[in-house]
Amino acid sequence: MSRKLLIDDVEIEVEDGLTLLQACELAGREVPRFCYHERLSIAGNCRMCLVQVDGMPKPVASCAMGVNDLRPTRDGTPNRVDTRTPLVKKAREGVMEFLLINHPLDCPICDQGGECDLQDQAMAYGGGGSRYDENKRAVDEKHLGPLIKTHMTRCIQCTRCVRFMTEIAGVEELGAAGRGEDMEITTYLEEGMLSELSANVVDLCPVGALTHRPWAHNARPWELRKTESIDAMDAVGSAIRVDTRGREVMRILPRTNEDVNEEWISDKTRHVADGLRTQRLDQPYVRINGKLQPASWDQALDAVADRLTATPANNIGAITGDLAGCEEVFALKDLMNRLDVVNLDCRADGEAINADHGRAGYLFNSSIAGLDEADAILLIGANPRTEAAVMNARILLSWRNSDLRIGVVGPAEDLGYDYDHIGASAADLARLADGSHPFAEVLKSAKRPMVIVGSAATARDDGASVYATAARIADAAMAGKDATWNAFNILHTAAGRVGAMDLGFLPSTNADQSASELDTVFLLGCDAPSISNLQAKFVVYLGTHGDIGAHKADVILPGATYTEKSVTYVNMEGRAQLTAKAAFAPGDAREDWKVIRALSDRVDKTLPYDDLEALRAAMYVAAPHLAQIGHLTPADAKATASLAKSDNGQLSDAPFEPAIDDFYLSNPIARASAVMAELSALRQTATKRTEAAE
Amino acid sequence: MLADKDRIFTNIYGLHDVSLKGAMARGQWDGTKQILEFGHDEIIERVKASGLRGRGGAGFPTGLKWSFMPKEDPRPSYLVVNADESEPGSCKDREILRHDPHTLVEGCLIASFAMRAHACYVYFRGEYIREREAFQRAVDEAYEAGLIGKNNKNGWDFDLYVAHGAGAYICGEETALLESLEGKKGQPRMKPPFPAGSGLYGAPTTVNNVESIAVTPTILRRGAEWFAGLGIPNNTGTKLFQISGHVERPCVVEEEMGIPMRELLERHAGGVRGGWDNLLAVIPGGSSVPCLGTDMCQDITMDFDSLQKAKSGLGTAAVIVMDKSTDIIKAIGRLSYFYKHESCGQCTPCREGTGWMWRVMQRLERGEAEKHEIDMLFDVTKQVEGHTICALGDAAAWPIQGLIRNFRHVIEERIDAAQAARIAAE
Repeated sequence: MSRKLLIDDVEIEVEDGLTLLQACELAGREVPRFCYHERLSIAGNCRMCLVQVDGMPKPVASCAMGVNDLRPTRDGTPNRVDTRTPLVKKAREGVMEFLLINHPLDCPICDQGGECDLQDQAMAYGGGGSRYDENKRAVDEKHLGPLIKTHMTRCIQCTRCVRFMTEIAGVEELGAAGRGEDMEITTYLEEGMLSELSANVVDLCPVGALTHRPWAHNARPWELRKTESIDAMDAVGSAIRVDTRGREVMRILPRTNEDVNEEWISDKTRHVADGLRTQRLDQPYVRINGKLQPASWDQALDAVADRLTATPANNIGAITGDLAGCEEVFALKDLMNRLDVVNLDCRADGEAINADHGRAGYLFNSSIAGLDEADAILLIGANPRTEAAVMNARILLSWRNSDLRIGVVGPAEDLGYDYDHIGASAADLARLADGSHPFAEVLKSAKRPMVIVGSAATARDDGASVYATAARIADAAMAGKDATWNAFNILHTAAGRVGAMDLGFLPSTNADQSASELDTVFLLGCDAPSISNLQAKFVVYLGTHGDIGAHKADVILPGATYTEKSVTYVNMEGRAQLTAKAAFAPGDAREDWKVIRALSDRVDKTLPYDDLEALRAAMYVAAPHLAQIGHLTPADAKATASLAKSDNGQLSDAPFEPAIDDFYLSNPIARASAVMAELSALRQTATKRTEAAE
Repeated sequence: MLADKDRIFTNIYGLHDVSLKGAMARGQWDGTKQILEFGHDEIIERVKASGLRGRGGAGFPTGLKWSFMPKEDPRPSYLVVNADESEPGSCKDREILRHDPHTLVEGCLIASFAMRAHACYVYFRGEYIREREAFQRAVDEAYEAGLIGKNNKNGWDFDLYVAHGAGAYICGEETALLESLEGKKGQPRMKPPFPAGSGLYGAPTTVNNVESIAVTPTILRRGAEWFAGLGIPNNTGTKLFQISGHVERPCVVEEEMGIPMRELLERHAGGVRGGWDNLLAVIPGGSSVPCLGTDMCQDITMDFDSLQKAKSGLGTAAVIVMDKSTDIIKAIGRLSYFYKHESCGQCTPCREGTGWMWRVMQRLERGEAEKHEIDMLFDVTKQVEGHTICALGDAAAWPIQGLIRNFRHVIEERIDAAQAARIAAE
């Protein structure tokens, strides 16, 4: 059904269920607004979007009025809506005047300056001056934690932040206390907000009431160079914009990608920026007499080349890390192949996930957008709140808007939504697999069931059984349903993992050495905790930060972070996305693939590509779907069935451990960030307090 | 003048037995079952025919409001009675609740039946503690006597719940009341959807004033024609008037609609203190309606239409009388403070505008202003009026508009005097 409207003399046909504001926008009319946000519930409180509707005595808040709420005209002609009449102009000027009477005139020192809705709209829709002669209201600052700086005097009470925290972040910590002009936005206890998404409220704030504390007074928006890129903090692959000034990354902001992150990013994605500056490896090092000494590129590369040529191929191994992009993984694999090295792996934590059954065996097959349609979700050893915070918001929203049922096997954490806690250990999976647990029935009767396995849940002794059992549960849930829907999902935590698996950076079948017995190991940005137990005699570390891998290394080759190179990351759904080079790597650090290319020269196995384009061309031949930037190609769902039969081992009754101990310190960049350290400490105090209270 | 035999509230002063026994002796709960036997829609038709207009202030026809309730709906229907009587000047509902509570209990049953509701909530103003207790006693009596409750004598399963607010004026606004009743912060909702479509807990709901509901049993017992025969056309029936301020004997009195104001004051309240000529202004319908000057009070009748024509309103018929000893600017300024204090803060014009208006009023009170600021203030009231979610913005704007329309010369004189004093002091 649709309806005709006459908006400013433009006749337009709009769908049922739209609001007048949306209809006006379709008709090409700009309607100013502050409180309205398309992803939040409608508050209708700023009154800026008033329009005139024929037959209504008063101007109407267009954000809150549905086109279906309009009474049809007597003669059946389309309803008339005006956005430009003197009445509307006067009403908007009036509202703008009210908004400004208690708003401080501190734009010159306000961080929102240059990207402030109030500033822009005051120019466009405000009157010339103010008639307000009284004293302005002042409001105490509120402590909302280390990320959000408040200037509550600037607040215009639009309540976007309150609605975001409640509806999207699922944390009811922000509210409006007080009445009338004394109304204040506050967390009551002012202990900081315990949410992984809290900093998004700053983007939502239409004025400078909430600004980013870590970037306070650092830069003006117009002096920053903006580069569109992809996040690497988790395997979601959120779309980001990296703002730089000179060589330095000043801030990271979200971009909209409806299929992935909508328009949110996690606090880690946003505020890890200072970690890109500290603890950086900016020159090569070589260990001499047990001590790492600064070295030149020549010395370092020669040391590596000598070792590689001197060591038998089956005593060499290579492991890629969480942040490795496809290009360097491909180059490294190419080089290792040429050296006949077969001990390759990208699963540093020892996950049982493998590529033996096709891509669908290790992807998030139902897709992130698929969460909107899911009607039953089973989480196995996965905590989406810490492992993929933005995705968790999507589950929460889906749960709020539908009858979605969620079951959890694993630790009973606060995820923001209610769920059936089926059990803590893998043994509880058996009851789902044989159908004896009532939640098995929920999955069976669901139209769009999803089984989500945390990648870490397979990194245990019975990992292969967990992996196969989960596939069995998913396979049973899919039986007789829509064949285009694949219910089996792996929740990865590392941005580089899926890409590396796509490129086959896995042990070949005749690999016989386990990592602990290898003589020489090449670490490509691998800082997994297990590396500290590495027994190899010689370790090469190509990476960015002085972290676990670098401490273990005999030769350090400094590389570039995800903001300093253009690489392909494949997110957990299997969506290839390109980052862009927003800044240069510090000092002598180079883009990782170039280092590997230089090394190949010195071992006389020169890789046949001299630039990124040539490398990509070769890579696309090896893995054609990586060329489909931004697109999702569904993987063959047969994998689930074959995977289901792959292992029938015992499930242990050891409880699942959280995949990420500390959300804020989950990778070397985050561990180098002071902001993340502060957040981590805050979270630990809060957790301890809660435990003490219980 | 209303004859005693036509009074609906026969114990409004609490002189007689308040209990169920006493109420029944005065004719309440008589033939309630027969009234219900009229059927749902017939009752609504009869209330429509009686011409009863809502007694909460806006004067919307009660029968018509009831007819908006869906007839077939899987959701339960609710009747919510607004006993959050907080308008300065209004004090009629408390007399009903304290002294004639059974009119309301019976009315709730009948109105709920008419709207196919099995549950009714009566939402009390936070400060009405004794009133709530008195009403609760009446409810308990009715339950005990089997007049309401499950399987009651009247043949319509019906539960009546008493809810108590926390003392916020805004919770008298029907949608804010529903929010408060649901346990949330009392802030008005946007309309549409109207409560009849989606009200309490998202179910069809009608919110009525105490008096509107309390008069319905008598209307149905004595016939719509009887009620329609009282008062004047389009403003039928009787009404509880509340006379306060500078009169000899302030009182609450039931009178016919359309009674001349002067007659109302002189017959029931002993006239204006110091005689009619000592009258300065009257606020005819509670604090939110614009005041009237003496010349207008002379012949005005007390009903919705004529007061609206006079750019004021009947409101809740809370007549506030001010004699010549009153500082009218200060009096209206005090009302501005009230609205500033009670604004919920949700939407911009009211949140910011009420504070602004109050601050200017404070200066006008002292004469510390320029004359052009009077026009500016009037303009600000117009900027608030009609641009807000609920009517509190309007209610804050109207008294000031009334003041400027009727007493502009007083404000100007005060400004002149203050300027003269300043010059003299220099």
